[in-house]
Amino acid sequence: MAAISREEVAHLARLSRLAVTEEELDTFAGQLDVILQAVAQVGEVAAADIPPTSHSVPLTNVLREDVVTPCLTPEEALSGAPDAEEQRFRVPRILDEDVAS
Amino acid sequence: MSNDLTRLTAAELAGLVSKGEASAVEVTQAHLDRITAVDDRVHAFLHVDTAGALAAARAVDERRAAGEKLGPLAGVPVAVKDVLTTKGVPTTVGSKILEGWRPPYDSTIVQRLRDAGTVMLGKTNMDEFAMGSSTEYSAYGTTHNPWDLSRIPGGSGGGSAAALAAYEAPLAIGSDTGGSIRQPGAVTGTVGAKPTYGGTSRYGLVAFSSSLDTPGPCARTVLDAALLHEAIGGHDPRDSTSIPAPVPDVVAAAKLGATGDLTGVKLGVVREFAGEGAEPGVTAAFRDAVDTLTKLGAEIVEVSCPHFKYALPAYYLIAPSECSSNLARFDGVRFGLRVGDDGNRSLEEVMSLTREAGFGPEVKRRIMIGTYALSSGYYDAYYGQAQKVRTLITRDFTAAFEQVDALISPTTPFVAFPIGARTSDPYQMYLADLFTIPTNLYGGPGISVPCGLSEGLPVGLQIMAPTMADDRMYRVAAALESAVGTFTPPAL
Repeated sequence: MAAISREEVAHLARLSRLAVTEEELDTFAGQLDVILQAVAQVGEVAAADIPPTSHSVPLTNVLREDVVTPCLTPEEALSGAPDAEEQRFRVPRILDEDVAS
Repeated sequence: MSNDLTRLTAAELAGLVSKGEASAVEVTQAHLDRITAVDDRVHAFLHVDTAGALAAARAVDERRAAGEKLGPLAGVPVAVKDVLTTKGVPTTVGSKILEGWRPPYDSTIVQRLRDAGTVMLGKTNMDEFAMGSSTEYSAYGTTHNPWDLSRIPGGSGGGSAAALAAYEAPLAIGSDTGGSIRQPGAVTGTVGAKPTYGGTSRYGLVAFSSSLDTPGPCARTVLDAALLHEAIGGHDPRDSTSIPAPVPDVVAAAKLGATGDLTGVKLGVVREFAGEGAEPGVTAAFRDAVDTLTKLGAEIVEVSCPHFKYALPAYYLIAPSECSSNLARFDGVRFGLRVGDDGNRSLEEVMSLTREAGFGPEVKRRIMIGTYALSSGYYDAYYGQAQKVRTLITRDFTAAFEQVDALISPTTPFVAFPIGARTSDPYQMYLADLFTIPTNLYGGPGISVPCGLSEGLPVGLQIMAPTMADDRMYRVAAALESAVGTFTPPAL
């Protein structure tokens, strides 16, 4: 049985903000199925009482002195932006028209 | 010592420059000329910074002329994987989504390379976002292995490893999330070291999997790798996961190992790796290396790490999960590509079109796998379970290091494979990292050092050490190198 359907892959692509093509959906559905079936092996391990590890370095609450240090100028920070205006990142329309009106 | 400056080690080159027997400009120009001569066939570099390199070299020569004492790597050229930001110099991460981007700041690693007086030649090719084992997933074409141009140079850092093997650079920087320094080192007959996680700064390293990503040194000799490790390593307040402790004395360890005496060193062979599908030629070269290490005085025992067989599946849940989150920053707003912004489309539509156009297939696969593993309903069975397996793998390492000083294995199950042989089945590509991934999940250091040839292609020995005991692996690697020598590919 397949671990993942073509429809589920389409849903994942939407969640991932990837405007994939129909042809890609066909390819990815098969490939993701192979990968997910393989990685599902982690389920074989009896680990109910094992704590999870998110990170190998046990550092918590790393703080620094609250001092002013040099940083990027607005021009530098905006230098790679696809679009900028008045020292700000310019973005495409965020609100739907009926909401905006 | 060879008359050809490109054939010398970094240590030898630094010696010539500091004594005034060669200028940093001469050394740099020799490597730039070599790049011009061979890189159209190797394609190790995505960007060569000729003007920047020569300016840096001139600065070293001027400092020497002014009587300044130069550091141990001053005037030595270095190639930098395109995953690290370089101020004003293009940084693509092998992806179309960052094509043309010139970062406004230097990564800490690159800043330390400049402080050490090294000369950055340019940026090397890599699998897109460091996801891959062959450089075939680069958006800018595959790098070719100098040992056989029809074969892959490993990945993701295949450009850095190929630049070394092709004598285009004596030193290179890589980054290792699941083996991306060690596996390219193994298949190109060069040395690649993954430091302890947190031992090298991630500031300015374009993130793939933040709990695993580790920048580190690549070189043609163990001593050169140690010198580079020392130059780039150590605490960085700009990386909150950076370990606030001194760099282990890897240079002294490499020099100690070079005496060829491993008396009193106990090494463990991981039992579970024995039946794990390494090619016969790789297994034979590994057995020879074990014999050599024994002759050098090391005691070899077998150890059991029962959860290592789950490292690959755990990794391919944890790394994609972190990647799906990290790569959300590529939204077409602050840097890089923007596609489909016609004034009518919404932010979300533009974002989806931009990411569709800018990311390659492997990056899309991993983002979707990660999104799946983190989604409600699947989280416990996939990502949560993988994190528990990570704990068990760490316990395996801890138990093993109570018995032995370091663990050894082949670096990778197979030698350099032909270009195109593994791209149709993504999971077949993942198997290249079978032996390197456990170390990343644990966070300890690992090194690959050439140990022999199989059908004319290099095989690497991997040495894995406890966290912050990076010096141990350098000692063992240098001892092996003193016995088996270095490996030179056929002339290009």
